[in-house]
Amino acid sequence: MISNILLTVALLCGINGLLALFLIIAERFFLNYGPCTITVNESKTVRVPGGSSLLSTLNNEKIFLPSACGGRGTCGTCKCRITQGAGPLLPTEMPLLTQKEIADQIRLACQVKVKRDLSIRIPEALFSIKEFKAQVTLIKDLTYDIKLIRFKILGDDEILFKPGQYVQLQSVSYDDVKESVSRAYSIASSSDEKKSIDLMIRLVPEGICTTWVHQYLSEGDEVRFTGPMGDFCLCEGTGEIIMVAGGSGMAPIVSFLRYLIQTKSKRKVTYFFGAVTKKDLFYLDEMKRFEKEMVDFTFIPALSQPEPDDQWDGETGLITVPMKKYIQQIDTETCQAYLCGSPGMIKACVQILNENGVTSDRIFYDPFA
Amino acid sequence: MEYLSPITIFFAAIFTSNILLTYFLGMCSFLSVSKQIKTAFGLGLAVTFVLTITSALNYIIYYTLLQPFGIEYLRYIVFIVLVAAVVQLLEMFIQRFSEVLYINLGIFLPLITVNCAILGVSLFMIIREYTFLQSVFFGAGSGLGWLLVIVAMAGIRERLNEQKIPPALRGAGIVLIISGIMAMGFVGFSGIVQIQ
Repeated sequence: MISNILLTVALLCGINGLLALFLIIAERFFLNYGPCTITVNESKTVRVPGGSSLLSTLNNEKIFLPSACGGRGTCGTCKCRITQGAGPLLPTEMPLLTQKEIADQIRLACQVKVKRDLSIRIPEALFSIKEFKAQVTLIKDLTYDIKLIRFKILGDDEILFKPGQYVQLQSVSYDDVKESVSRAYSIASSSDEKKSIDLMIRLVPEGICTTWVHQYLSEGDEVRFTGPMGDFCLCEGTGEIIMVAGGSGMAPIVSFLRYLIQTKSKRKVTYFFGAVTKKDLFYLDEMKRFEKEMVDFTFIPALSQPEPDDQWDGETGLITVPMKKYIQQIDTETCQAYLCGSPGMIKACVQILNENGVTSDRIFYDPFA
Repeated sequence: MEYLSPITIFFAAIFTSNILLTYFLGMCSFLSVSKQIKTAFGLGLAVTFVLTITSALNYIIYYTLLQPFGIEYLRYIVFIVLVAAVVQLLEMFIQRFSEVLYINLGIFLPLITVNCAILGVSLFMIIREYTFLQSVFFGAGSGLGWLLVIVAMAGIRERLNEQKIPPALRGAGIVLIISGIMAMGFVGFSGIVQIQ
């Protein structure tokens, strides 16, 4: 009886062990792509181990492509041109590429695997993107769900960014979330501050990175971020400026305003800010200060659902309501518009701007992905 | 039982005793992956490959290890483990050589492991006491039969896209009705040769 049990166990273990061994050997053989060479812009070559995605391989080589969704293939910001060795277009890339981009050999770096020698083209500006180690020096509640976090860059590094650009913050594992993700947040601080940056981060329910920031991050912690990235920047000009933001979309706008103050710009600025109730409003004191310091700056907050206790006597309704009202006073022939908020808000605002004579080439926006 | 030549079994497994349409084994992936001919063909080839290999390997293991030691009752576990290993191997192979097919098949590639047609074929060959050659031909035939039916269904479904189907029947409903009609068609072959 005992020998029978032993025999059965031994046989099963033997068969399973053999199969496992066989599979390990097969994996070495099939899924080992060996070292590959990536030629960047036909000038720089790097030798890398094959097998992972182009995005993470380049990250390891300290070449940081922007990626707002962290490599899940949903945001499309890691697009780059692969002229050789990319392999066939994958079904996961199709929804994010236009016909023209496909013809131009544009691919998603997070989906393309490095399997053979590659030749890619990326904008030179991406080489200035660096990875920074930083320490959290301040965490401040702006509203009940938006925090201002200040990061001091450690070491001799300095960050040189244009107002409106963003960084990608890397979360670390916490609680039962084992994975580390990276998410994009716009810089709110002034661009002449090179040793620290401020981010405004709104708690997204169930969000991996924002939950980490709101509930686990504390002052003194060390974090990593990469940046600066993005082409949402203030354009040269002398005409009036319309700014529209909602919630944490405040961040890049504040950076713009600080830049305008520093450069002693004389441009007239009208800033529409949308919130739900009074407790969603923040930075009101700063806005008052900006109104004093700037030549001609008007801050117009609007509440979509003010509560009776709010005693709100300002603008009400969605942000489009005050926009329609005040746009008459703005010279729409020469003005530029900068929008930051949810895709729905941006769509509605662009429509109103277009209807009032602001052409799309003068409208710049940064939707939350 | 009268001896059937492997070739007879091969063709019988494709037409008269189609594993999908007469035993209704392997329905899950048949219903889900029969939307495009290309993907259906890929999965069909994968299933055929796994069926042929596993029927041969399972035969060898059953008659050289399990039966001599009198532990035939372990065949369910041993067969499924072997099927899993072969599927893993196939997965690596497809990942290496056709990433498009790999992404299109998605979860249904590893799920070939629990495709009941595969375990079914291995168990049938034991129950019917086939020889080694008969078993391999039975496995390959069953696989090709499965491939034939899923590709035929995908072809029909590609055309269904342009048809007006009553809302209640869209999706799995109409597919099940069509499989029933196809099954009746295949039963028409059954007079030619019988393999149980």
